[in-house]
Formats: sequence, structure tokens, C-alpha cells
Amino acid sequence: MATQTLPERRSVSATIPSAVDVRLLGVRKTYGDVVAVDRVDLEVEAGEFFTLLGPSGSGKTTTLRLIAGFERPDEGRVELSGVDVTSRAPYERDVNTVFQDYALFPHMTVADNVAYGLRVKNVPRAERRQRVHEILRVIRLPDVGDRKPIQLSGGQRQRIALARALVNAPKVLLLDEPLGALDLKLRQEMQTELKRIQREVSEVGITFVYVTHDQEEALTMSDRLAVFNEGRIEQIGTPADVYEHPATEFVAGFVGVSNVLERDGRRFTVRPEKIQMHLDGTGAGEPGRIRDVVYVGMFTRYVVELDSGGELTVVKQNLETSSTDALESRGRPVRLEWRPEHTFDMERPGGQA
Amino acid sequence: MASQAYEAGRRTSSTARRRLSAALWRRPWLRALGLLVPPLGWMVIFYLAALAVLFVSAFWSIDSFTGKLTHAWTWANFHTLVSDPTYRQIAFRTIWMAAAVTATDAVIALPFAYFMARIASPRLRTTLFVLVLLPLWSSYLARIYAWRLILNHDGALNWSLAKIGLPQQGWAFTSVAMWIVFSYIWLPFMILPVYAALERIPDSYFEASRDLGARGWTTFRRVVVPLALPGIVAGSIFTFSLTLGDYITPSLVGNVDFIGNVIYRNVLGLTNNLPFAAAYATVPLVVMALYLAVAKRLGAFEAL
Repeated sequence: MATQTLPERRSVSATIPSAVDVRLLGVRKTYGDVVAVDRVDLEVEAGEFFTLLGPSGSGKTTTLRLIAGFERPDEGRVELSGVDVTSRAPYERDVNTVFQDYALFPHMTVADNVAYGLRVKNVPRAERRQRVHEILRVIRLPDVGDRKPIQLSGGQRQRIALARALVNAPKVLLLDEPLGALDLKLRQEMQTELKRIQREVSEVGITFVYVTHDQEEALTMSDRLAVFNEGRIEQIGTPADVYEHPATEFVAGFVGVSNVLERDGRRFTVRPEKIQMHLDGTGAGEPGRIRDVVYVGMFTRYVVELDSGGELTVVKQNLETSSTDALESRGRPVRLEWRPEHTFDMERPGGQA
Repeated sequence: MASQAYEAGRRTSSTARRRLSAALWRRPWLRALGLLVPPLGWMVIFYLAALAVLFVSAFWSIDSFTGKLTHAWTWANFHTLVSDPTYRQIAFRTIWMAAAVTATDAVIALPFAYFMARIASPRLRTTLFVLVLLPLWSSYLARIYAWRLILNHDGALNWSLAKIGLPQQGWAFTSVAMWIVFSYIWLPFMILPVYAALERIPDSYFEASRDLGARGWTTFRRVVVPLALPGIVAGSIFTFSLTLGDYITPSLVGNVDFIGNVIYRNVLGLTNNLPFAAAYATVPLVVMALYLAVAKRLGAFEAL
């Protein structure tokens, strides 16, 4: 459907399935004394949904801005489809950005906003109208073209910002925390919606590079993700990889709950849902005592202090327990058991595991 | 005893105060009224009442023999200023000058304000602010006389032109001189609102425009100018109305009459025809009313 309006790009992504759309080589960016991005290497494959995940100030947004061309790196190279674009201006790069604050021009109608990129590239009027119409249909807001951005809701503005970028059929679409300003319910709706739109435009092979600090968002949406911390990439992998095999303590803590134990000189992590808790306090497993209970509705989170040192968070589904049962278990002795294959060794900060 | 009475008195006064504040809290309109009456009263008495007197006296006339005010209702003053080509010409000349000065200031202020708001470092921005505002702290008359010294036949301008071997200029006491001086004097009133409008544009608009393929000039034309327009219109209200009402600049650096000069002469000069001065004074008022109506439609009042 979208192929009618978006120019053919299938050849690139289809014939060379492992084509790299975005490549960063030793990219470094400083602001005065602050190192925002510290020698980052990154490869994003064509057609991929790739997420840059990290806390605020970790360098993920700067990395995105380096790809867009709003910033120039102090060192290193930025390549798009194998071409060095390090010193090219944003308007000379085949990428488009969805801004966190949407940045819709308030003095233009929605249709003029969406058509802006085509207009400055002198696309004929008839084609412009056709493509704007088509993309508004893809984002399921076909009738808002005559309105001003201020007359739209937050979620609608978000989609228009997406349409304004997508209508240009860029090779790479950059999204800077696009759902950050929406409330939880709308955010979840838009996550599904974004994935649908990505599937719909993936026929023409648009690569999505997505910035977020929300680990759940990153896990549910990405094909692959890179976890950022203090300007460096801690780990790159698929969501399952990163969640189940966190490479560093930081990743273990940031993506999910930090459940790190040290036993016999070995530092490892085990995910809370992989731990069995025996409430009678007898049998196999490590003995401990429930220190804290958090009732979350669908499940209950227990923080267990282990007798031989350390603390683990355990998550149990509320199959039969009610909130009062769960809360009364505070202070009770328990035993925790987990399978060795569910533990993963940590790299020590600054050293090897 | 005394201290008891004092305590009781204090209690009643604090109760009274509490009751008053509670009453004000329950009736917000009472609070608003208390805040608005003094300035509104001032406006009504000294401004609107004076305007009303002006409008009424415009329909009076002067007895040509005795020079005494006749309180009889007549359209004669308005008839004169419409039918007499001299007064028509003066009115058009004034409006034309106001428009030319406004356009000039807009053209100068836009790039200047853009530089101040988007390019200059905070330090440089402060310096430029001071430079823009500095002339406003000195006397208006002093600045006009300074321009007289610059534009005179043997003034600073011709002296400099002679030094670099360029032909002499005869701008002194011409419309060109008035245009230059007016544009100079009212420029700060254009720069400040344009600056305010440009300063409010988020960086992401500029980035979005570049991201979508627009070069600098296209971004300027399609994003910066439209978003600065309310500021330009707001500034033009000042430059236009101030030029429209001024009579000092024309009399000091010009050679022709403006509306203000005619009014001045009819109020204080030999003619001493107050009703005609009042009638003529309604011309800039009407022009400004029309101008403000257009400005309002362009969103100028949100940029002030």
C-alpha cells in the first residue's frame, strides 16, 4: 500500500539482507569537559528497529543527533549506507527525525507540515498532495489535514510528527523519545501503533533508530538494542539477549531488576521470575528472610535478605494469594532456589568476569 | 486590665481582618475590583474623558471676527480637512512617512534581532541589548540635534564623504533626513518585540526544518519570518503610531509639515483654532484604529 507513494527501496534491503544502513566508528563528542559520547561503535542493519536505551545523560540522544547531523563528532566517522556523511549537513542526509517535542510548525496546517519536506525539495504539487494524503491514511488520521497542530491532541501530534518524517521515505528514521510526553495508556497504544506503521513501511525498507529510557518500551519494540551508560555502549543484542544474558552489572540493573549475588568469588545475576521461593523455609535452596513485600496486583514482589549475604528480588504471580496473605509474609524465613542455567556471570566494572 | 483591653482590641482587629480576607476570598470579583479601580479610574478620567472632549470640540468652531469659541454643532472642520488639498496632502505625507519608516525598521530589525536571539553568546546578547536601549535613556531632542549635526551641509556626514572622496549629500532638511532620523529613533521599538518573538521559537523548529531538507534561506523564509511576523506587526504599531504623531523631527530636520505640526500650530500658534486642531487630531486616531484592527488579526498582541 505504502509502496505507491514511497519510492522503491526494496532492492537495497531485499537483495543484500545484511546491508548496514547506519555505521558509527569510534565516534566521540564532548561539550567542554563533559564527554557525551565516548568512542561509540555501532552498526544498524537495513530495515531494523534498533533502540538506543539508557538513562538520561547516557549519550543516547547525542548519538541520535550525530546520526541526524545536528551535531558533529570530535572524532570518528558516521556512515549512512556505506557513505561517509560525517561532515554533511542534516539536509544532505537521507534521514528524518521525529522530535521529542514533535516540533510541528505552529503557523502551518497539518497538511503543510507533512508536506514541508516534499515542498522544500520541489516535489510537484499533485504528487505532494497524493503522498500527504497517503501517509495520513497510514497513520490513521486522514481528516486532520486542514487543522492547525494546536487543535490536535498529544497523541495525534505525535502521529503527525511521524507522518511528516515518513512522507519523505528516508532510508533511516530517527525517533527521539517520541512517546515520552504521552501518558502511560496512550504510550502503550502508540507502541503497538508504531510497530504496525513500521511493518507497513518496512516494505520499502525504512530503518528505525529509536531512543528511549524506558526499558519495557525497548524490550517490546526493538529487533535489537544498545544499552548506553555514561557515553559508552554496555551491550548490543536482541531484547531476549540483553534481558536474559546481561553482559554487565549496569545492564542487569537497568534492564530489569538488579539481582546480583557474589558466591565463591563469582558474581552473577538471576532474574526475579526465575527464582522459586519456598515459604515453609525448609528444603533445598539458600535460606533467607523476607524483608519487604510489594503487592502489584498481577504479581507480588518480595525482597529477600539472604543469610549468607546479599539480597534478591523475587516475583511471584498472585495465583492464589491475596494482598493480605502476601503482606503478612513479611519477616518470614524462606528458602530460594534457582537453576544454574538461569544465572549469568557479570563483568566486573572495569574488569573481566 | 490595660493589657486585657489591649488583647481584646487586638483580637477584634484580627477577627475583622480575617473576616475581610474571608469575604474577599469568597467573592473574587470584589478582589478584582479593588485591584482595578485605581488604574481604571485614572484611565477613564484622564485619558478617555480627554479623548471625549477632543471629539466633542472637533465639532465646535471659532468665530473668525472675535476669535472666540462657538459651541454650535458643525461639520465644518471635517469638511475643511477633507476638501482642502493642503491638509489632505499633509495627512497622506505623514501616513506615507510612517509606512516607510515602519518598513525600514522591519528590514533592519529582523536580521539584527535574529542575530541577538539565535546566534549571539549570552554575553554579546547583553551588550547588544544595552546598545539597543542606550539611546532611549538619552534625551530625544539631543538625539535629533545630533542628527542635524551629522546631516548638515558642513556636518559629519559630508566631512567623512569628502575625506574618502565621495560626492557631497544635500539631505539636510529634506524628506530623506526625516526618513533617516525617524527610522533611527524608533528602531529599538521594532527590535525588542521581534527579538521576543524569535527568542520564543524552540531550537527543534530550526532542526526540524533542516532535517526535512531546508537550507538556511528556506528555513528563514518559511519558518523564521512567519513566526517573527507577530513581533514585526507589534513593533510596527510603535514605529507607525510614533511617526504619525511626531512633530518635533519634521520641524528640526525636515522642511515640510506633518499632521502634528498643523495641530501644534492650531493649538499654540498664530491660528489658535482649537476645534480644527481637534478635528485634525482625529485623523491619526482613525488611522491607528484601522491599523490596530489589522494588527490584531495578524496576532500581534500575542507577541507584545
